[in-house]
Amino acid sequence: MMLQDFIALSPILNLGAFSLVTMLAIAFQRHHARIATFAFLACLFTLATLPWVATVAPRAVTTLLVVDGHALLYMGLILTVTMVIIGLSYRYLTVQFREEEGVEEYYLLLLLATFGGLVLTTAAHFVSFFLGFELLGLSLCSLIGYLRTRRHPLEAAVKYLLLSITASALLLFGLALLYFESGAMTFQGVGAILKQAQSVSALWLGGLVLVLIGIALKLGLAPFHMWVPDVYQGAPTPITTYIATVSKAALMALLLRFATEVGVLELPPVVHLFSLLAVVSMVTGNVLALLQQNVKRLLAYSSIAHFGYVLVALLAGGPPAAEAVTFYVIVYCAMSLGAFGVVTVYSSEAGDKNRFEDYQGLFWTRPWLAAMLGLSLLSLAGIPVTAGFIGKFYAIMAGVNAGLWWLVLVLIGNSVVSLYYYLRLIVTLFGEAPDPAVAPQAQVEQSAQTAGWTTACSLGFVASIILMLGVYPNPLMELIRDSVSNLLIVALQKP
Amino acid sequence: MGLWLLILIPILAAPFAWMGQQWSHHAPRWIAIGALAVDCLLALLLGSRDHAVQASGHGAWLVESHIGWIPRWGISLHLGLDGLSFILIILTAFIGVVAILASWTEIQSRIGLFHCHVLLALGGVIGVFLAIDLFLFFFFWELMLVPMYLLIVIWGHAQRRHASFKFFLFTQAGSLVLLVAIVALALLHQQATGHPSFDYADLMELTLGSEMARWLMLAFLIGFLVKLPAPPFHTWLPDTYTEAPTGATIILAGILAKTGAYGLLRFTIPLFPEAMSDFTPIVMGLGVVGILYAAVLACAQTDIKRLVAYSSISHMGFILLGAFAGTELALQGVVMQMVAHGLSTGGLFLLAGALEERYQTREMGQMGGLWSVTPRLATMALFFACASLGLPGMANFVGEFLVLFGSYATQPIMIILVSFGMVMAAIYSLGMMQRTFFGRQQDTRSVPDLSNVAFGTVLLIAVLQIWLGLYPKAVLSTTQPVMEQLVRAAGALPTLSHAPTESLWSSHIVALQGDTP
Repeated sequence: MMLQDFIALSPILNLGAFSLVTMLAIAFQRHHARIATFAFLACLFTLATLPWVATVAPRAVTTLLVVDGHALLYMGLILTVTMVIIGLSYRYLTVQFREEEGVEEYYLLLLLATFGGLVLTTAAHFVSFFLGFELLGLSLCSLIGYLRTRRHPLEAAVKYLLLSITASALLLFGLALLYFESGAMTFQGVGAILKQAQSVSALWLGGLVLVLIGIALKLGLAPFHMWVPDVYQGAPTPITTYIATVSKAALMALLLRFATEVGVLELPPVVHLFSLLAVVSMVTGNVLALLQQNVKRLLAYSSIAHFGYVLVALLAGGPPAAEAVTFYVIVYCAMSLGAFGVVTVYSSEAGDKNRFEDYQGLFWTRPWLAAMLGLSLLSLAGIPVTAGFIGKFYAIMAGVNAGLWWLVLVLIGNSVVSLYYYLRLIVTLFGEAPDPAVAPQAQVEQSAQTAGWTTACSLGFVASIILMLGVYPNPLMELIRDSVSNLLIVALQKP
Repeated sequence: MGLWLLILIPILAAPFAWMGQQWSHHAPRWIAIGALAVDCLLALLLGSRDHAVQASGHGAWLVESHIGWIPRWGISLHLGLDGLSFILIILTAFIGVVAILASWTEIQSRIGLFHCHVLLALGGVIGVFLAIDLFLFFFFWELMLVPMYLLIVIWGHAQRRHASFKFFLFTQAGSLVLLVAIVALALLHQQATGHPSFDYADLMELTLGSEMARWLMLAFLIGFLVKLPAPPFHTWLPDTYTEAPTGATIILAGILAKTGAYGLLRFTIPLFPEAMSDFTPIVMGLGVVGILYAAVLACAQTDIKRLVAYSSISHMGFILLGAFAGTELALQGVVMQMVAHGLSTGGLFLLAGALEERYQTREMGQMGGLWSVTPRLATMALFFACASLGLPGMANFVGEFLVLFGSYATQPIMIILVSFGMVMAAIYSLGMMQRTFFGRQQDTRSVPDLSNVAFGTVLLIAVLQIWLGLYPKAVLSTTQPVMEQLVRAAGALPTLSHAPTESLWSSHIVALQGDTP
């Protein structure tokens, strides 16, 4: 390995080293604030190395990992989101946890999960793919069950564990079949052999479909979505945010690379499978979201639908598709952070606040919080001035460009349906406030004022991102365009 | 820059209106009125600055502003002012002031926020009237929706939740169809020239296949007809107009409906002149159905606001009819009708709102005999009922007459049918007067008459109605170049199905055109 290889790998190595140091620091002395700050700084430092790494990118480090613009962009996204989540977690944990339970390992697990995410973004080989996949899944599983004395988180953790095992099993079997057919384990190698093959045999297809289903399970695409609402509802809210953002973004980064390098979207059966997944996800997600009375479950179903939209963009194929997918994923992360962030903050005051009634008239008691939630919901609904509109616009643009009229029409129909439940929640925010029980209200207000700056900064940052991307998306677009061209050059050089 | 100020003044004044609540009860109102007045003056200044260049529209703008935005897709911040947008912006600012004055006593809670939303919505509407980049247009088109929705949800009447949902979902569904068509246009431009563009001038030059043009036009039509509204997309309107607070209803009926008409005139007709000939009979038919159907329903209403709402649909039918008639006369009538309808429904909804505020009901069955109780209110209601039924001397008459006259050449049968609609207008307008102000008094409570603020507002509208009724040239000469240009753009189409008679008649009408006031 050359020095440049080390430079290229430095984000991953950094975060790995910081995770070890965090572990030792916890062993040495437990201190919530200190460990949280350290974890935050670890992410920040890793993020700061990215521009430096970009000077040596694109670079294949061994056959396992490829560090290119695409990977770096997603790394930046994952690290930023993790930092925001750490900011949101701190208060949530201080309220939810009792002293003796030990909250510090939470941050260690969070760093490890992010480490897995970083590996996924760079993976170009079955082994690194699987390693990243498992690292992320296992860390998340323990994070979901981290509030180990409560019933719901444990239930959610078990569900996520079962899901994770199923996904891994399918994935491994699929990878084995691909290896059996091609004899190669790098994405490029598999792609090259697939291209040369005269006809696509059943085993090829079987392998590909199993791998894609493994990914779809983790992404929570319908009909593999059964776990999503339960896990979202049961998990501690910051972790729900993490599942909705980092875990999905990392998998989308991988899926994009896998799809372009193996060239799966040139196979008609796979395209049909993806179209079906997209339509079913959009419809199921949106229709079931209509029936929800719980904010977290509602957002869970909406996330299923949103990844249906992402699939529509992905199916368009070519550079516009990759751009649209990346843009949408970034936008989706921002919107989810906003929405779940508000739920986290609001739940940090006096127990979990998930039901619609808890949000009745929030605008009149907590205007900033409600405005933030309203902004995120409008963005999720795709109303202009918010990032969500540009994201949806990009997806429609990619779809129309590729002539996927039916999928675009389904997307539009679903956007209208989705509007209904987002509006329902927004109306609740502006409804008449429930009888203001004066005494507890005052108490809450006081606690909110004393320890709010980490969350205020995090949410303010997210809000500014949502608005900035909604009004002036050009810089990000150019950035994505560069990174995508990077990805495609690698793919084009393949044959 | 001046054009940006037009949009930004209301939007930037909005937070101040909100904060103004802390200083005094009336501060938000004065801030909002001040912002709109400044806006109106600025528009007048811009509109009259350079008379040497006539406001000719479609490529030649009176004032233009062009800044890059998202070069990746050929999207730019492109604004342009011509005669049509000038008239509509003045109307927007004026109706905005009327809406604020109408809410003077009705809105007593969260005054600052109310005026903040009013200003934001109006800023969006002005943006719609100025944007000549289709993406930017859509941006503003959606932008005005959210504050409007919140106005209904927060300050509306009992059924507000239901009404606001219906409003938002209907308009959003129409908008998204429009969005897809806009995207498709930009991509077709990319196929033709190699780079996508959302710019109006670029897209005007695009030649489309007839199949594609038909589909795209259909999508544009759906987007704008929902907003107008024309049947079968009108079902959101009565609920929304009824449940919204008076101020919001005035904005909805007076301005937001005009954005749909504006979209038809500015985008649908010039962008797809070839496809227009296929659609003309259908769309004009929809206009006729709208006029008659809504008039019949208006006759059957017992709720005064619903009655005015249906009459509003009926009047919008004239706009649809005239916009597709393809003659300059009819198009001039459309502009006149837009202004006149804005003024007359604004007045009617103000009065209906005043009645509702006094009696806590909108049922005309529970009113009756109010002439003696509230003479000011009753007189003004009679005036606006007459305006709405198209009494000569009022602006509505000029609009409707020009539309009928201008489209008789192409669709005589339809125009004959529409005349029945005008008779129905007399029936429901006078019926409303009869049931509300004459007859035996049902409710003997003594209520205050129209306040000075409201009375002054209504008088001002009435004066404008008469002025435009007697001297319509003020509007017509401003928009004439735009409409000439529009007729030329639409007339570029090779053949009309009824070519021989049409040409004969239109030459006749062009000859007449010189004499129209």
